Amino acid sequence: MTDASMPAPGSGTGPRADLEALARRGRLHVIETVAHSGAGHVGGPLSAMDLLVALYFRVLRIRPDEPGWPERDRFVLSKGHCSVALYTVMAMRGYFPVEELLTFDSGGSRLQGHPDMLALPGLDASTGSLGQGFSVALGIAMGLRRRGNPAHTFVMLGDGELQEGQAWETVHVAPRYAAGNLTAILDWNGMQQYGWALHDGEAHRGNRADPWAGVDLRKAFEAFGWRVLEIDGHDFGQILAALEDARAAGAGTVPTAILAHTIKGRGISFTEGRSEWHARPATADEAAVARAELAGEDAP
Amino acid sequence: MSKPQRDVWAETLVELAATNPDILVMDADLATSTKADRFADAYPDRFLEMGIAEQGMVGAAAGLSFTGYVPWLSSFGIFFTNRALDQVRMSVAQTHANVKIGAAYTGLMAGLAGKTHVDVSDLAIMRAMPGMTVLAPADAAEVAAMTRWATQTPGPVYLRLGREAGPDVFGPDYVFEPRRVYLLREGTEVLLVSTGMQTARTLAAAELLGADGISAGVLHVPSIKPVDEAAIAAAAANVPIVVTVEEHTVIGGLGGLVAEIVTSHDPRPVIRIGIEDTWGESAPNAWLLERHGLTPERVAERVRKVWNQE
Repeated sequence: MTDASMPAPGSGTGPRADLEALARRGRLHVIETVAHSGAGHVGGPLSAMDLLVALYFRVLRIRPDEPGWPERDRFVLSKGHCSVALYTVMAMRGYFPVEELLTFDSGGSRLQGHPDMLALPGLDASTGSLGQGFSVALGIAMGLRRRGNPAHTFVMLGDGELQEGQAWETVHVAPRYAAGNLTAILDWNGMQQYGWALHDGEAHRGNRADPWAGVDLRKAFEAFGWRVLEIDGHDFGQILAALEDARAAGAGTVPTAILAHTIKGRGISFTEGRSEWHARPATADEAAVARAELAGEDAP
Repeated sequence: MSKPQRDVWAETLVELAATNPDILVMDADLATSTKADRFADAYPDRFLEMGIAEQGMVGAAAGLSFTGYVPWLSSFGIFFTNRALDQVRMSVAQTHANVKIGAAYTGLMAGLAGKTHVDVSDLAIMRAMPGMTVLAPADAAEVAAMTRWATQTPGPVYLRLGREAGPDVFGPDYVFEPRRVYLLREGTEVLLVSTGMQTARTLAAAELLGADGISAGVLHVPSIKPVDEAAIAAAAANVPIVVTVEEHTVIGGLGGLVAEIVTSHDPRPVIRIGIEDTWGESAPNAWLLERHGLTPERVAERVRKVWNQE
């Protein structure tokens, strides 16, 4: 990693027990949904879960029973392959019954492998081909600003996704349009699907190289004119502070990038930092272990 | 000779924007070529320069459309149908976004730019995309009418715009109707089916054939998708030979469309005239039309040959 002063991912143990319980439930839903479907992503959904729970349960101004509410904050999951995490949090938040998660990836389901805004009310974009959701989110933010709509637009990117050239087209142009109402959240879990091997003796929180090893992403965003907040993406205290800070800057002219250091596969011992859990269903035995590890007083 | 299509497109948008505050024009740094700079001059606050970044522009256009705006995009066709194709596919077509693609410099006559910029496969690519409306205007009146129609009709539209001026085919009162095809000339022996700026040259070819005693009808297909299949099938059923003529590759464009329709109704030979399986090149327009057999004389010559073999 590039910055010795960055917060260590996962080091936080905040007092927000309700959010932590929701995140544990969410992680279990991810494991069980993917196991039921027989295919799907795990590592990225688990690294993003705390950020998504914080967004949907504390930060976003939304009405789950009125998903098209014009004043709603927008959220775009640009790393669309982590859809199961978004569906899980939306279900827990009341957009649709939690039982519907079991239809994930099945024919006719509203819960497509990648988010389809024409299929599921509450989705603000269709994503999957990487880099595109970021541009779409910028367009939404530009449109809201032109309309005088005070809603904020949040977009979540993967660190692997940030390798797409289109992402940097958006990094470049967003400050030109003074998109202070746009916040990009980077789920910097330190691994992509395959990527590069670690060098001998290289220390890293994952078993494959960081997509941005040796690159100072903070400086990169700042150089393009973004304001950068760097946090532990598993510490609800830091997450909420950063998201609220970003929203408070919404009336301004500088877009915010939140570089959230996370752990791929976070929350379950055998998935943390393991590239092989990028996308694979858990066996019955593995699911049982996950269930035990994620059990809390309010576990489902 | 009517105005160049790009000029008509830009002027129509300026005119429409006077009463429609939702129209935006987004440009990937080709505004002086596409003539979108005229819109920028008239409505600087509604002109969004996105830099040389077509993919990001297409994505942002989708986002703007989700907040109720009607973004018209300005770039060369090739950069929509090739460079930003994935963005057009996922962010625009798959969401049925209300984004309008002003695809400038399409066809063979791309201002000497050569094979890197020539787009003669756009109709084939775009018509294979579910939910995309694909339009190829013949002249100034049709450009203006299509621009008006697309602006007021929800959903994604691809508008093929030539760089140059061409002869008028329609009068100023022309009103565009989606799907509709136009029988511009009656004929009993050959049906020439054409689209875009080629239609005027195809009409001239039919005149030449008529002088030779071959009765050639001309059917203009401005709406590549959606299209009135029954009307094309009916027109084809009246003649022994159908010939498609397009300023586009013979693979998958108008020729492909007509062949698909004719073979599934009342099959008969369909001869496809257009650019054979090759790239474009830098050359004067007249040279290129000659080289690819798209002048009236060359089209007539080819049809004559086919007719004599029958």
